[in-house]
Amino acid sequence: MADIGELRRLMRQLEDQLVVCMRCGMCQAVCPVFAQTGREADVARGKLVLLDGLMQAMLDDPRSVRERLQRCLLCGSCAANCPSGVNVLDIFLKARAILAGYLGLPPVKKAIFRRLLAHPRMLDRVVEFGAVFQKLFTRPVNEIVGTSCARFASPLLADRHFRTLAAVPFHRRHPSLDTPAGWSGLKVGFFVGCLVDKIFPNVAEAALRALEHHGVGVFLPEGQGCCGIPAVSSGDTRTFNDLVRYHLDKFDAADFDVLVTSCATCTSTIKKIWPSLCEEDLRARAQTLAARTMDIAQFLVQRAGSETATSRSANGRIITFHDSCHLKKSLGVFSEPRDLIRANAGYTLREMAAADDCCGMGGSFNLEHYGLSGRIGRLKRDHIAATGCEVVATGCPACMLQIADMLSQAGDRIAVKHPVEIYAESFSAR
Amino acid sequence: MLSQALIREFKTRVGEDAVFTDPADLLTYSYDAAPLQQVQPALVVRPAASESLRQAVRLCNQNGLALTVRGAGTNLSGGTVPLPGGVVIVTNALNRILEINSEDMYAVVEPGVVTAKFAAAAQAQGLFYPPDPGSQAVSTLGGNVAENAGGLRGLKYGVTRDYVMGLQFFDVDGELIKTGARTVKCATGYNLAGLLVGSEGTLGVFSQITLKLIPLPAAQRAMMAVFDHADRASETVSAIIAGHIVPATLEFMDNFTIRAVEDYSHAGLPVDAAALLLIEVDGHPAQVQEDADRVEALCRQHGAVSIRVARDSAERTKVWEARRSALSALAKLKPTLVLEDATVPRSKIPAMVKAVSEISREYRLSIGTFGHAGDGNLHPTILTDKRDKAEWERVEQAIAAIFDRALALGGTLSGEHGTGIAKACFLEKETSPATILYSQRIKKALDPNNILNPGKIIAAAS
Repeated sequence: MADIGELRRLMRQLEDQLVVCMRCGMCQAVCPVFAQTGREADVARGKLVLLDGLMQAMLDDPRSVRERLQRCLLCGSCAANCPSGVNVLDIFLKARAILAGYLGLPPVKKAIFRRLLAHPRMLDRVVEFGAVFQKLFTRPVNEIVGTSCARFASPLLADRHFRTLAAVPFHRRHPSLDTPAGWSGLKVGFFVGCLVDKIFPNVAEAALRALEHHGVGVFLPEGQGCCGIPAVSSGDTRTFNDLVRYHLDKFDAADFDVLVTSCATCTSTIKKIWPSLCEEDLRARAQTLAARTMDIAQFLVQRAGSETATSRSANGRIITFHDSCHLKKSLGVFSEPRDLIRANAGYTLREMAAADDCCGMGGSFNLEHYGLSGRIGRLKRDHIAATGCEVVATGCPACMLQIADMLSQAGDRIAVKHPVEIYAESFSAR
Repeated sequence: MLSQALIREFKTRVGEDAVFTDPADLLTYSYDAAPLQQVQPALVVRPAASESLRQAVRLCNQNGLALTVRGAGTNLSGGTVPLPGGVVIVTNALNRILEINSEDMYAVVEPGVVTAKFAAAAQAQGLFYPPDPGSQAVSTLGGNVAENAGGLRGLKYGVTRDYVMGLQFFDVDGELIKTGARTVKCATGYNLAGLLVGSEGTLGVFSQITLKLIPLPAAQRAMMAVFDHADRASETVSAIIAGHIVPATLEFMDNFTIRAVEDYSHAGLPVDAAALLLIEVDGHPAQVQEDADRVEALCRQHGAVSIRVARDSAERTKVWEARRSALSALAKLKPTLVLEDATVPRSKIPAMVKAVSEISREYRLSIGTFGHAGDGNLHPTILTDKRDKAEWERVEQAIAAIFDRALALGGTLSGEHGTGIAKACFLEKETSPATILYSQRIKKALDPNNILNPGKIIAAAS
């Protein structure tokens, strides 16, 4: 292990960002984890104090700081509500990277990130292998939500109700595409994202149908992988940078107007985290790509001129919408996905209470703190169920997984969809 | 360092998961919202029931451990900064609203209930809990009572003190003390609640609070008056009060603050205005109409360049969003923000506004002034960077100068933030050596081991 003085020196990089926090404590009002535990170390102010304490030698155990720093959904609620504008996510991701560099990555994470995530084709092969055999280990529990659970006690799956891997992932159906701009005169690059590719290929299919409907050409390069968020949120900047470089090489020279994704987390990672945390030699390219990256709903409404609600149907199937943190709090996108839903006259949008409260997923947070994640998720489930809806839509596949788990465990018969699926239904059905 | 046996004892009595000893956890309870030195406690407990709270207090007294009660840690005078080797009792797990009685218009709460959640729960029953400190979205009612917190509505509706009907609290031995009642009138016993309100955790530990509620006002009207001289705005404040009109809120914002808010929120504020008054009257619709007309006339008489009256609730919200974002907007300019709350009799507002701008020039500091001009409680807000040692010295001198000027005008050191650590050494200036001694005797009698938040309020002269 390196010298702790070296760690402190590295932490000094964060000093100018850390001093912005004036300790007012307003983050306590919005932090989903703090709402469950009431512990100061779980809220942004406490974590910022811990980082400051490590930097100023008031603490000498970096492990205990890392352990607390990881108890965060990275939902950005605190930053969106911060009076002094502390860039909380940027600080936390950088601190996780510094601490991982100093303490090393846990071996399991290291193996997964470096051997699998960093090599998209290898990841594809392993996941396809899993898709073939998953039926041996899982059984369906709720056909409306589309979830399964473990057949045998499994430490990894625990009591989860999960969406299984797609029998045919999206990249098998559409290995690559390069269609010219149609009547809209627009062409997009399409970043698929792991969860959409491997679990929710129908979301990407719907996105392609919508783009075609609007006369938008699509550039979809072969062999796409992960946006890097699981790696960087555990502090693995090496894998993160490998992935940023890999995808910049695929996309940034290509000729298209806008890079779109149907995953709120991928969009927010590409727009916010790539340019801020990538290596210096990639920064200019990452900034250029970030500037022309959009969420699919935002693109369809703002650029492709999707027709919004001609008739606001009052007697369609009841649908409610969950604002994913990465879409609303990080990117400020919340009206466009609703516009897409309203464009389908077969549905009536009924808002849930606290639609922008975090669902508790937080990526690896759900794996490491499943109990806490579930407590937050059940609040979301209660708000969804209280609307009496048949369908809940959300713009992030990670939220879709968490919400499906919560609904299925509660025995609800509510389908979980992406807004672009609802939108595509409206013209597929015509 | 506490002995393992004592830590075990705390765990047995307060709860296994309710006791924190890891240095990382302890560090997260070493501060509040005042820009002061952090002090790490030896132990933190978070009781979830009244009985465990009582046990924690008793254990502290039996072992001579300094005890600091903490709600949300939003204190602006250092009242929740613990003592070295002391114990922090966090109250946010004691967060039940025990009763909201609509017939008799009162409520009974545990100390850890969040202010804004309580106000919303009262409003859901058509009732009004007026105290609205700036931190109400997170602050606890226990903390509000211990600090006698104020807010924007102090002028017409008073402060936390005016809503405390009764208290139950533990003395240092963990005995339950009851004072006040659920009745509008109560003339039995000493007014201990009066003593405990604003005592900053130095005399007892609250377990239950009975709060007065009032009917919601039927109508409101908000307006914004623009002035090209700060003097005219502050003279208007004095004229409104002298005219015996009592708006629900009467807020002042100087040019520095206006520009900061506009840069931050683009709300359409007039950036070349020297000062703004943001005013709201409420009550019966006919009264609201009459008061609004009179206020508008007074603003014009005293030289307002323009007056914007909010025509609907959306415009009203806009007026108050501008005011509420003042602190955020200023906070974004510099890393450290020192928010003062010296308060003067309302007729002295023009003199105080002038004094602050002189101090700002004299000590070469950026000071934004905004605040509750209608109740004499301005918030001169010094923007600085604590790491700049030379400037920090000037900040400390400027704070002392602000206090001196406020006292010279017949005012007080603190309208609503409390004495805490930050103002303890100035208290004698406002009162007298005998006052401090008298207070110390009360403290000594009630807390012979000096375990209840020692060092706060009356520490300096001892």
